[in-house]
Amino acid sequence: MSDVSMVVNGRTVSGSVEDRTLLVHFLRENLGLTGTHVGCDTSQCGACVVHVDGKAVKSCTMLAVQASGSTVVTIEGLANGADLHPVQAAFKEHHGLQCGFCTPGMIMSATDMIRRHPEGLDEATVRAELDGNICRCTGYHNIVKAILAASEAMGKAGKGKAKRAA
Amino acid sequence: MGIEGVGARVARKEDKRFITGAGRYVDDMVVPGMKHAVFVRSPHAHAEIRKIDVAAARAMPGVIDVLVGRQLKADGIGNLICGWMIHSKDGSPMKMGAWSPLAVDRVRYVGDAIAIVVAETKGQARDAAEAVEVTYKELKAVTDASKAMGRGAPQLHPEAPNNLIFDWDLGNAAETDAAFGKAAHVVEMDVINNRLVPNAMEPRAALGHYDKAEDHYTCWTTSQNPHVARLVMSAFYNVAPENKLRVIAPDVGGGFGSKIYIYPEEIVCLWASKKTGVPVKWVADRTESFMTDAHGRDHHTHAAMAFDKDYRILGFKVETKANLGAYMSLFSSATPTYLYATLLSGQYDIPAIHANVKAIYTNTAPVDAYRGAGRPEAAFLIERMMEVSARRFGISPAELRRRNFITSFPHQTPVIMNYDAGDFAASLDAAMKAADYAGFARRRDEAKRRGRLRGIGMSCYIEACGIAPSAAVGSLGAGVGLWESAEVRVNAVGTIEVLTGSHSHGQGHETTFAQLVSQRLSVPLDSISIVHGDTDKVQMGMGTYGSRSGAVGMSAIVKALDKVEAKARKIAAHLMEADEADIVIENGELKVAGTDKKVPWFQMALAAYTAHNLPAGMEPGLKETAFYDPSNFTFPAGCYVCEVEVDPDTGHTDIVQFVAADDFGNIINPMIVEGQVHGGVTQGIGQALLEGASYDESSGQLVTASYMDYTMPRAGDVPSYRLSTSNTPAPSNPLGIKGCGEAGAIGSPPAVINAITDAIGTEELTMPATPQKVWAALKAATRH
Amino acid sequence: MYSVSYHRASSVADAAKLIKKAGDGKYVSGGMTLIPAMKLRLAAPTDLVDLRHVPELKGIKVSGKAVTIGAGTTHAEVAANEKLKAVCPALSHLASMIGDPHVRHMGTIGGSIANNDPAADYPAAMLALGATIVTNKREIAAEKFFTGLFETALKDGEIVTAVRFTAPARAGYEKFRNPASRYAMTGVFVAKGRDGVRVAVTGAGDDGVFRARDMEAALAKRFDAAALDGIKVSPANMMSDIHASAEYRANLVAVMARRAVARANQ
Repeated sequence: MSDVSMVVNGRTVSGSVEDRTLLVHFLRENLGLTGTHVGCDTSQCGACVVHVDGKAVKSCTMLAVQASGSTVVTIEGLANGADLHPVQAAFKEHHGLQCGFCTPGMIMSATDMIRRHPEGLDEATVRAELDGNICRCTGYHNIVKAILAASEAMGKAGKGKAKRAA
Repeated sequence: MGIEGVGARVARKEDKRFITGAGRYVDDMVVPGMKHAVFVRSPHAHAEIRKIDVAAARAMPGVIDVLVGRQLKADGIGNLICGWMIHSKDGSPMKMGAWSPLAVDRVRYVGDAIAIVVAETKGQARDAAEAVEVTYKELKAVTDASKAMGRGAPQLHPEAPNNLIFDWDLGNAAETDAAFGKAAHVVEMDVINNRLVPNAMEPRAALGHYDKAEDHYTCWTTSQNPHVARLVMSAFYNVAPENKLRVIAPDVGGGFGSKIYIYPEEIVCLWASKKTGVPVKWVADRTESFMTDAHGRDHHTHAAMAFDKDYRILGFKVETKANLGAYMSLFSSATPTYLYATLLSGQYDIPAIHANVKAIYTNTAPVDAYRGAGRPEAAFLIERMMEVSARRFGISPAELRRRNFITSFPHQTPVIMNYDAGDFAASLDAAMKAADYAGFARRRDEAKRRGRLRGIGMSCYIEACGIAPSAAVGSLGAGVGLWESAEVRVNAVGTIEVLTGSHSHGQGHETTFAQLVSQRLSVPLDSISIVHGDTDKVQMGMGTYGSRSGAVGMSAIVKALDKVEAKARKIAAHLMEADEADIVIENGELKVAGTDKKVPWFQMALAAYTAHNLPAGMEPGLKETAFYDPSNFTFPAGCYVCEVEVDPDTGHTDIVQFVAADDFGNIINPMIVEGQVHGGVTQGIGQALLEGASYDESSGQLVTASYMDYTMPRAGDVPSYRLSTSNTPAPSNPLGIKGCGEAGAIGSPPAVINAITDAIGTEELTMPATPQKVWAALKAATRH
Repeated sequence: MYSVSYHRASSVADAAKLIKKAGDGKYVSGGMTLIPAMKLRLAAPTDLVDLRHVPELKGIKVSGKAVTIGAGTTHAEVAANEKLKAVCPALSHLASMIGDPHVRHMGTIGGSIANNDPAADYPAAMLALGATIVTNKREIAAEKFFTGLFETALKDGEIVTAVRFTAPARAGYEKFRNPASRYAMTGVFVAKGRDGVRVAVTGAGDDGVFRARDMEAALAKRFDAAALDGIKVSPANMMSDIHASAEYRANLVAVMARRAVARANQ
């Protein structure tokens, strides 16, 4: 057993866990953050993607103890109160989800993808960047559409801010 | 029609919880005192169980108990059954072997459950499961259906000699033989429909909770049809009487058929909860899902089609071997029979058809309905046959199809189905136009200059949805009726709850069903809640599969709405001292036509519940229930055109364009319908290009038991799709809906394979057309 | 996953000390191969010594043509490093194609090399670049380092701390991915440096990464994809599985080699 402590969705949390506890299980079982899902056991489906220290990682492929001391953001921490994150809003508007199981991982991957591509995204890039996220319902069509729309919306918002700052 | 009514692209009401991580799936459920279960499973494909020693496992840290099949039998828990009786052509009933939820003396496939370990944590349960010592005597295994029928093959069940479950016929053999006698051309083919693993992203899960004080069970389960689960677990598996068993299917992360069936795990978790006195939760690992979820397809078919000199079809002969795996899953017998052979006429006027289907046991996971269920197998066979025939005859694939299309309706096929409506040429025209079929030759030449082989292929599919008229399916052997139920509850403040027997696991019922109600009663979408998935809340219903929720589930809601509306009119007329016939419902009000008299909807509802001033003799309240039994199947149909580019050096195929033109009848929410097509087509492309469950023939091990070896379609494997719909209303239901959930998976595989074979110039190519296979086919073609 | 004890190392020396105390200890860096193997109970170390927080293992240094990459550098960092991209874009390109974005955020070059998965990408690059693998004990030529499937020259407790190489004049990497796992079903790294041409193949050989000497000889004469035209790749020592037969892999080696050369010449 080890004591772990980390900042999750802006809140400092701690707990005592078996060393073999995966981060995803710590989030789900200790913290009750069940939005992060487990869809496979070979670290491929991406339903468990969260941000650790600002980067998208698979929480099923990291021990909770490895993440101790880190800052973690999960799907539950993405919206700003009642205001949806632009990626969340785009998934809804463009029907980028059906059963919803892969959705949290998709959204966390998409926000990370958009962050890494401030220059903007095209369809081929989005599809290639989704290599670590499997969806069985949507055929990806509307997920791609949603991410492109969110990227554009966030780019415009970002530029707007930059202009105002200048 | 308001912007939220029928036909509007309304964003989904249910999305809010899913995009914020607030969805509630079975694995998210926590019950006080809950413990975790892991199943001990057979590592062998076929073996006798000599001894099970649980002593060491029981003594492991955190272990509550380890339970085995002998105990389950002693408690009277029944065997799993197949609920659809098929009779062989000799009149004998299908030969169903026993399937104990926990194997007692024999295991028949890798993954067969033997014992359940209940422990404080899943890790501890897994540790202890490894400590259960099972002594096996290994037996020879067989995984291939043809081989299983052969002399000297291992025998799985004493009930089924030669592993033959049934030998079933449909159509008229003599007439078909006569048609072949007159033929100017006969085309013969062998076609394999590859075995698939459904792979809903949420693995199956069950949480069983026995409440001693109430002597009552609750089961949270990943089910497409919780009421059917309750019925079967009560009536056949003897878990508990229906009034003592509540089944809840909360948010369910995809089903595609695999969550229709009742599996051993939910039965065992319920039983184990009573045995151990603690709530027991089991969640499948993905590898467990691969091993034990009901697989799909796995047909081997020999077929021959007879044509006259003008290439009109005279007859169609089909012989299919269907691999049903080690046990008969709940509806396994229906898939290769009434969901398959009844569609063998396709979109074509075929005077004579004869099909023979042999269902066979093998040492593999049980096989049952998977998205499309029988219809993809039929469509693939017919559409490959049409394509190959056209190429052999040297006429265009479109022309051969056109020449044989059914053009007048209703049309009685020789294989039971009576097509009530359709316009097949319209879909073909729409698809060819959208695909710029005429410009293909130019694109092929351009690709050639880049060193790529470009090909085009089409498929004209038809399927049967809206299952199904209960009396009809009853006469064909179904153990259940296939109607649907709905209750519309108007509350005293005018808000509405709709209790439906349909179950949404991605289909968006909370939105589309509400759109229907919003339109009919002229109330805002936000004031309507769709309640489903809980046997304690919702009246008996049959669930969601076979693209039936629109055609059957919503029709039940229409019937209940008819009753609600009639009563609301009566109340409003009474309140306004008007004639009932003059009442119109619009903008949230009940009005007297041609006057300024009106009552707001909520006030009428309140009046129904205060009951201070109701028409004489009227019961208070406003709540109506309806059961809808369809009068016919519905027949969605369409045309898909796929264009591919093959890299001749590696055999890699890129799908460069995919056009789908579907006729789904009337549509409630186009956005959701498009989503269903995107997903269905992608699963079909998966079948054609990527996916295939593969067992090692000698050991019976599942070689493709994880995403490391089973190729799931990823975003980079598929293109954006170009869709269009035509809308020939279905005559058999009040909304004119045909259903759209499975079409994509039915129509797309032949289009893809027809395109690749066009690109590489070969006639045969089995699915999945992996790069290696395409490369080998190209190599073989150049060698000739 | 079986029970395991976790230790976080603060320095390389600390890590070496921790592993010595462990029963059957293993280093974990990104954990992208090890953790999945442990989850499936295919690997069962008693102890994990985490190298992810060791500062001295991090970073990329480029000085002229001399490149040093700390073992703890992630694939994403290798892919994005502008200085590296300027002198050896082929390696950045390779790193950008490993796994998926999430894997690239965690997985490290040292971890990949020390694991020597026969379908991993980096071993091909190391071999073709004539890299030196630096450990806490010594320096090992890549040629001597990769000794077989999942086998390396590393001794018990030895830690890869960095890799070092001289950027070649030209290099290119092309891979054909296993459609399911997305690992390399065949990957070929070609490099034309001061001491000649090297061609290294991963994902295909039945004994792990190997050099294609006949291709090297042909390319030494003329560094052009066409120079490989007459060369037959024998399926004799190729891996064979459900995704690719030995014959198909042999074909992929030839195709990927030609494409890697073309990319190097771009």
